[in-house]
Amino acid sequence: MPTDGVNNGRRRFLIATTSVVGATGVGFAAVPFLESWKPSAKAQAVGAPVQVNLENLEPGQMLKVQWRGQTIGILRRTEQTLGLLPELDDRIRDPESQDSEQPSFAQNESRALRPEYLVVNMHCTHLGCVPTVVPQVGPEPFDDDWKGGFFCPCHKSKFDMAGRVYKGVPAPTNLRIPPYSFIDDQTLLIGVNPEGVA
Amino acid sequence: MGKPASTMSKKAGAFMNWVDERLPVTKFYNDHLAKYYAPKNFNFWYYMGSLALMILVMQILTGIFLTMHYKPSAELAFASVEYIMRDVEWGWLIRYMHSTGASFFFIVVYLHMFRALLYGSHRKPRELLWILGMLIYLTLMAEAFMGYVLPWGQMSYWGAQVIINLFGAIPAIGEPLTEWIRGDYFISDATLNRFFALHVIALPLALLALVVLHLAALHETGSNNPDGIEIKKNKDADGIPLDGIPFHPYYTVKDIFGVSMFLLIFAFIIFFWPEAGGLFLEHDNFVPANPLVTPEHIKPVWYFTPFYAILKAVPDKLMGVMLMGVSVMILFFVPWLDRSPVKSIRYRPLRFKLMLALFAFAFVRLGMLGMAEGTPSQTIEMRIWTFVYFAFFILLYFLSPKERTKPVPDRVTH
Repeated sequence: MPTDGVNNGRRRFLIATTSVVGATGVGFAAVPFLESWKPSAKAQAVGAPVQVNLENLEPGQMLKVQWRGQTIGILRRTEQTLGLLPELDDRIRDPESQDSEQPSFAQNESRALRPEYLVVNMHCTHLGCVPTVVPQVGPEPFDDDWKGGFFCPCHKSKFDMAGRVYKGVPAPTNLRIPPYSFIDDQTLLIGVNPEGVA
Repeated sequence: MGKPASTMSKKAGAFMNWVDERLPVTKFYNDHLAKYYAPKNFNFWYYMGSLALMILVMQILTGIFLTMHYKPSAELAFASVEYIMRDVEWGWLIRYMHSTGASFFFIVVYLHMFRALLYGSHRKPRELLWILGMLIYLTLMAEAFMGYVLPWGQMSYWGAQVIINLFGAIPAIGEPLTEWIRGDYFISDATLNRFFALHVIALPLALLALVVLHLAALHETGSNNPDGIEIKKNKDADGIPLDGIPFHPYYTVKDIFGVSMFLLIFAFIIFFWPEAGGLFLEHDNFVPANPLVTPEHIKPVWYFTPFYAILKAVPDKLMGVMLMGVSVMILFFVPWLDRSPVKSIRYRPLRFKLMLALFAFAFVRLGMLGMAEGTPSQTIEMRIWTFVYFAFFILLYFLSPKERTKPVPDRVTH
């Protein structure tokens, strides 16, 4: 192939511009395929709020419902249970819930809108298993000084009765509190915050 | 009455000429089989490559037939696998071949990788060969993980939950990323359906492409051997390595023997022990997936447990995920971490032999601990072996250049 009279500068410029234009095109063409992996309109629609009737929930009892495919636990706590929470503060990683996920109304000691009812996303903040509730106070195989709370069988994370995570376990933050509000004294609405709360 | 043999072969030769002028069949056959010279001192460890290739073919074939009966939907998946096991003619055999094949794929691949560590097969000039092999290994991990989700049993579901949430540990983009992978706010039909697509199309294509590249790189440099010396350094007048023998027929025959022995063991497992006591198919996976109930004890299949143990050994989510990632990724750098003057363990000092033995033991022990309940004493043990695992690579880097090695012969030994 004769190479005399070839303008190398122009050739390099053409190769570079063609490559850039081609790569941009590939980038744009990839967008629909990547976006198609996002939750579909149908999946988004299914994520509607859930109503829960609390009439039959006795003190100390726990109710589990599903919201957006997540298990949400509703725990009716006794005064005694609530009284134990401050005692645990020095064994808790984030006692004030500053690094944890919850609506602003639940960033308090009991992590609830009404201290009596803990409404909590049951999925462990470590890798998403559902911890079991171990409400009894007393020595347990996983803790000699157990004050009641949640214990994750997957990777041994421990949470207290407000879903606050213990120090020295794999879960990084407290159990998440979903958005919720009360329609009336006995009816809970999961998925919607009270008016005026972010 | 047939024609005389000479006329027959003349006609066959003319036909091959006709083909060769259009498609280089003979050239390919010679370059990669009949005139591809491999070292004559291959031993047991050198069965693993051809076995891995055979298992890949078997997985693809059995997979195609499973796809004909399997339903990739959250509602139907579990039942369709049971349908394959009970109602499809010979379906149980095809399914057990596929599920047992997955475990044996990893057994063979781990032995294949260990062989490289033994004889320095990753060392210059075979670094790319090793890296391509590592990419195959990573792809295989993704392929196996997604395959394990398809039966949609409890362990499928919760295993997927745990593994996908690993990505959630990445700061800032973690949560949206897991949502993007799942295609929903939780592990759902959308997740299962896309994993099916990746498992049966995308990843097998990637695997095949990588295997072709792996073999192309192998045939460029030629195989290493148990002595870790280059046979291309000693060639006869025709340019054929003095210590080389043609791959075909010598190694094709050897590999057929290897395949026969392998299939003997493989068939025994399929017929008499396909679940391998919960190792190959976990007991919890015979319960349909239930998003409301987490199994008591979630663990991945055995071939992931060494890395899972490293994850569990760290009491911090992000650090645990990072350390687990590093434990796999560090293998990519082995060709540069090992700086010994010789390749093969045969000519390396006792110190290296002990280090490698301890490393292999740590890997196996981590694997066992990774599937255990996780008592406090086990957690301490996991930390110790995690330390040993990483110490191997660091010590290798610093100690290997100063090794007191034995003299390496010019020609291969037996």
